[in-house]
Amino acid sequence: MTERAHLAVVGAGPAGLAGALAAADRGVRVTLVDAAEQAGGQFYRQPARALGARRPEALHHQWRTWERLRDGVDRHIAAGRITHLTDHHVWCVERKPGRAEHGQDPIVAPESGSFTVHALRGSAQEEGVAVRADAVLLATGGYERVLPFPGWTLPGVVTAGGAQAMLKGGLVLPGRTVVVAGTGPLLLPVATGLAAAGARVAALVESADPRALLRRAPAFAAEPGKLAEGAWYAGKLLRHGVRTLSRHIVVEAHGTDRLEAVTIATVDRSGRIRPGSARRIPCDTLAVGHGMLPHTDLAETLGCTLSEADRTAVRVDDEQRTDVPEVWAAGETTGIGGAALARAEGHIAGRSIAARLCGTAPDPRSWAAAARARTRLRTFFTALEAAYAPPAGWVERLTDDTVVCRCEEVTAGAVRTAAGSLGACDLRTVKLLTRAGMGWCQGRMCAPAVAGLTGCPLTAGRRPFARPVPLGVLAGLPDD
Amino acid sequence: MNPLELARARPGEAFTVTFDGRPVTALPGQTVAAALWAAGVTAWRSTRGAGRPRGVFCGIGVCFDCLVTVNGRANQRACLIPVHPGDVIRTQEGTGR
Repeated sequence: MTERAHLAVVGAGPAGLAGALAAADRGVRVTLVDAAEQAGGQFYRQPARALGARRPEALHHQWRTWERLRDGVDRHIAAGRITHLTDHHVWCVERKPGRAEHGQDPIVAPESGSFTVHALRGSAQEEGVAVRADAVLLATGGYERVLPFPGWTLPGVVTAGGAQAMLKGGLVLPGRTVVVAGTGPLLLPVATGLAAAGARVAALVESADPRALLRRAPAFAAEPGKLAEGAWYAGKLLRHGVRTLSRHIVVEAHGTDRLEAVTIATVDRSGRIRPGSARRIPCDTLAVGHGMLPHTDLAETLGCTLSEADRTAVRVDDEQRTDVPEVWAAGETTGIGGAALARAEGHIAGRSIAARLCGTAPDPRSWAAAARARTRLRTFFTALEAAYAPPAGWVERLTDDTVVCRCEEVTAGAVRTAAGSLGACDLRTVKLLTRAGMGWCQGRMCAPAVAGLTGCPLTAGRRPFARPVPLGVLAGLPDD
Repeated sequence: MNPLELARARPGEAFTVTFDGRPVTALPGQTVAAALWAAGVTAWRSTRGAGRPRGVFCGIGVCFDCLVTVNGRANQRACLIPVHPGDVIRTQEGTGR
């Protein structure tokens, strides 16, 4: 008897958990590979076990949904159908070329175990581990986009999601007096979470214009649950006495060795600061973010095509299949859309995988509800993204001496020179001329800013490895 | 209210580590970054070029701004690495080598 088909799921957030659950429910053997100590991803990030939190739900929204997901996966783990590899940092997924690629038989089933998921085990990330699988579900999530401004490299300036991750996972606050700023729906849970945990949130500074939200009211009205969520956060902010300012931006963060204050101001439609609107807010923390970007490194290494509309997200079909055989993708990696969309996509992917690995065509009617949710939520988030676009004029407001690439300390002036007199017209050439994007983070932080400054399209990074790999691990890989 | 109270945490016994030679109290389960934040420290790296201070930025292992030297090993991401009793944490200067 042949062994059951084996799926590797990369990422244990909402999409990965829903996918693992749906596939395991239908008889697929699943290995869930994730970097964290516990499942949950960023959205459902849990306090470290040793902190002994008896009420982790105090830091979360939609806890019941999380419990159902977690309990379902736990049952499969107990039954041996799902193996959860925690603290495994995936740096590459490799696909052995199947026979189909040699042109002998275009419809041959994939060879068993044609994928190798390479991970580094443990917090030191020095020990290599390889997982073989017949299929892969990429549920690698996303990370925050932060557009630069003078002072954004000062200690005390953190990403909004980073402040939330440190709060949820380590039960710590970045400081005592916080300004939450930028644009996007993430700012609401971050501000309420920090306030509930005892920080004084001096202001929530949102650059979007409420009228931009109103203009898209029909799209939002189709998602009453989301509207209720927004209202719930608004009530929380009110209760915590958090001042909310819309159409405001952070002009500059002040301090010498750490953050001491921020200057905020209102901008007109063309992005110019309204005269006399600037004011200074003393604070020791600025939690700032301007939306999110998908993690696509693993997908790109596998050769998956990115979407035409959004060149930073993995393209998938109605079954969540990428254009690489036996590779599925779900959640933020296919486009930013939040936890509920990630769960719907993961669910569909898991069902599709279970059918395809058994050699049958899946029946889309069996996931009709999830497909409807997916359509609705994608429409909702497209409207949301338009309403929460980066503030007009952010590029022009960048002073020439503002550091843009945090790792290599490349300034906006240097990037402007590269794109101007030196004639660079793509991110790669700017990188070669200035080193912007050549440092530790490999351009993950600065790429949106470099794209904005140069007018080059923002494309995903085409990084061969999703994280740093010790040379010893690379040297120890077999030759095949 | 603080985050530990909010989540009604009952952490294991606190222990001591050092940061640039001075004792810092840490809780089991915390990362190096969380322990330093709890102690009011927000900077533990100076950049290679301008020597500017840096600490946590992204908080999830993407940005590498929080690199730190722990027990003589440089370039550890403070937001990912768990803190252990007796750890010797040092500000990472430049490349840390």
